Amino acid sequence: MTATEIRPTTDALLKTEAPKKPANMGQILRWMLLFLGGVAMVMPIAYMISTSLKWPHEVYNLKLIPDEPHIENYTYVLEDGRFYWWFVNSMIIAVITTICNVIFDSLVGYTLCKFRFPGRYIVFIAILSTLMIPTEMLVIPWYLMSQQFGWLDTYWGIMFPGLMTAFGTFLMKQFFETVPDDFIEAARIDGLNELQIWWTVAMPLVKPALAALAIFVFLGNWTAFIWPLIVTNSVEMYTLPVGLSSFGDEADVAWELIMTGAAISTIPTLIVFLIFQRYIIQGVVMAGLKG
Amino acid sequence: MYRNLTIRQKQIVWAWAFLAIPILFYSVIRFYPTGNAILISFQDWNLLGDRTWTGFDNYQKLFGDPVFWKVFKNTFVYLLIGTPLSLIISFVIAYHLDQVRFMHGFLRMLYFLPFMTSAVAMAWVWRWFYQPVPVGLFNNALAGIGIPQFPFLQSTTWALPSVLAPAVWAGLGFQVIIFMAGLRAIPRSYYEAARIDGVSWWTVLWEITLPLLKPTIVFIVVFSSIGFLRIFDHVFNMTTNNPGGPLNSTKPLVLMIYETAFSAFDMGYAAAQTVVLFLVLLVVSLIQLRILRDS
Repeated sequence: MTATEIRPTTDALLKTEAPKKPANMGQILRWMLLFLGGVAMVMPIAYMISTSLKWPHEVYNLKLIPDEPHIENYTYVLEDGRFYWWFVNSMIIAVITTICNVIFDSLVGYTLCKFRFPGRYIVFIAILSTLMIPTEMLVIPWYLMSQQFGWLDTYWGIMFPGLMTAFGTFLMKQFFETVPDDFIEAARIDGLNELQIWWTVAMPLVKPALAALAIFVFLGNWTAFIWPLIVTNSVEMYTLPVGLSSFGDEADVAWELIMTGAAISTIPTLIVFLIFQRYIIQGVVMAGLKG
Repeated sequence: MYRNLTIRQKQIVWAWAFLAIPILFYSVIRFYPTGNAILISFQDWNLLGDRTWTGFDNYQKLFGDPVFWKVFKNTFVYLLIGTPLSLIISFVIAYHLDQVRFMHGFLRMLYFLPFMTSAVAMAWVWRWFYQPVPVGLFNNALAGIGIPQFPFLQSTTWALPSVLAPAVWAGLGFQVIIFMAGLRAIPRSYYEAARIDGVSWWTVLWEITLPLLKPTIVFIVVFSSIGFLRIFDHVFNMTTNNPGGPLNSTKPLVLMIYETAFSAFDMGYAAAQTVVLFLVLLVVSLIQLRILRDS
């Protein structure tokens, strides 16, 4: 008895000449419905992109393929300058925060996993407990701090709350469990110091987890809204989500231009997804099963 | 001096050296603000004047505020519709997608793609869809088949579900992937045994699949509940002309906090609301863990 008998696959079905059992019709139907559902799922994204390529006169018709696709909307929006700054701001903030998280979350995860020292358990529980505190509870004190230290309306002000996350730390700790202690012992005997062992021995062994963490942190900061909205005042310090929100709210902004702005803030993450699809799916599974 | 330490002592030194900056970070950026938020919730403060102690005044004001109860109800409506709806839809998709091999990766990508979008961008896209004729896509489509237009974001009844829809939509892909991983983790031998016994697929689903998926279900329920209780980006962006409107019918707790703190600058009152939000999240998560683990 093979696995395929228990779980018949449409793959096998569609390859063979004639369906043998009536159940096969069910398989085809299942595939069709899943396909239609999947198409419906991407429709909002498809309409966003299609509308960003349309001329004003065809924006309100339901056609998905523009009659004369053009990139005027993009040149218009980018020449205005604001979306260009917002894009740059978002990119700088997301990249720096990601690097910081990859370094510190893994360093803390590694220390909590591989070192034996008094206070280890308390530190672990303390960090884990911050998972239960919602960001919204902290924004008021963060705002007051930023006001006091002059961090309002600066990159540092936007970034500082997210430089380390308990989620990332916990994820990395779980993954360092898979690194055999023998490797670390061997490196110690070879005379490497602890910092070198972490960086050159342990880190390369958890690359898939690092990739997943990096992608999650990047996505989270790229799309972050409430804190950047609070901490920024001047238009040139906005991030893409904050900028898009204020842009859409201006009187008489054409919908095709809003869709263009929305596309500018969405397309980078879609590209990241298409390139790193496997890592991201794996990352979600890791986060779901181990996180 | 370091040289004279034993291996074990050296390890302790290294561990604390590695943890020094993170401990500073967590103390200053997580724990201190948490305490501060609780402290401010017992004070009256408009950012400019003095901070004065007012005891439980902010909480008393909150519980006597009809807007708060409206907002509290909305927040739970988001939770009580959003969580079961996304749980059921994502399970049905995952259950079927798991049994499909032909273009499996492609189908999975279609379902996952919305998860990679920005909530703000998609809120604006959906907001456009919801506009009345001749602007909005949905109403144009309805008009095309002769159905009168639907007041998505204008109606006090339908605005909340309309705002919730893109939030559910964006989260489905994530839950589908988690469910599929859970389904894959169920040992095949269980299904083989059931097949030999000639058990119907319905019984297999209820007696094998769902009970063994329990950890996955617990994770998804808790995770998505926290998300719906904290809904903000979608509501704020779909109702910027009248945040939380019409007539507060879509306003969730986080939006009320935002307005109290950063429009009205009533910091003490806003802090009291954040403490309530924290307690709501805590209690809901604990109840869910309790019920789902025991049953």
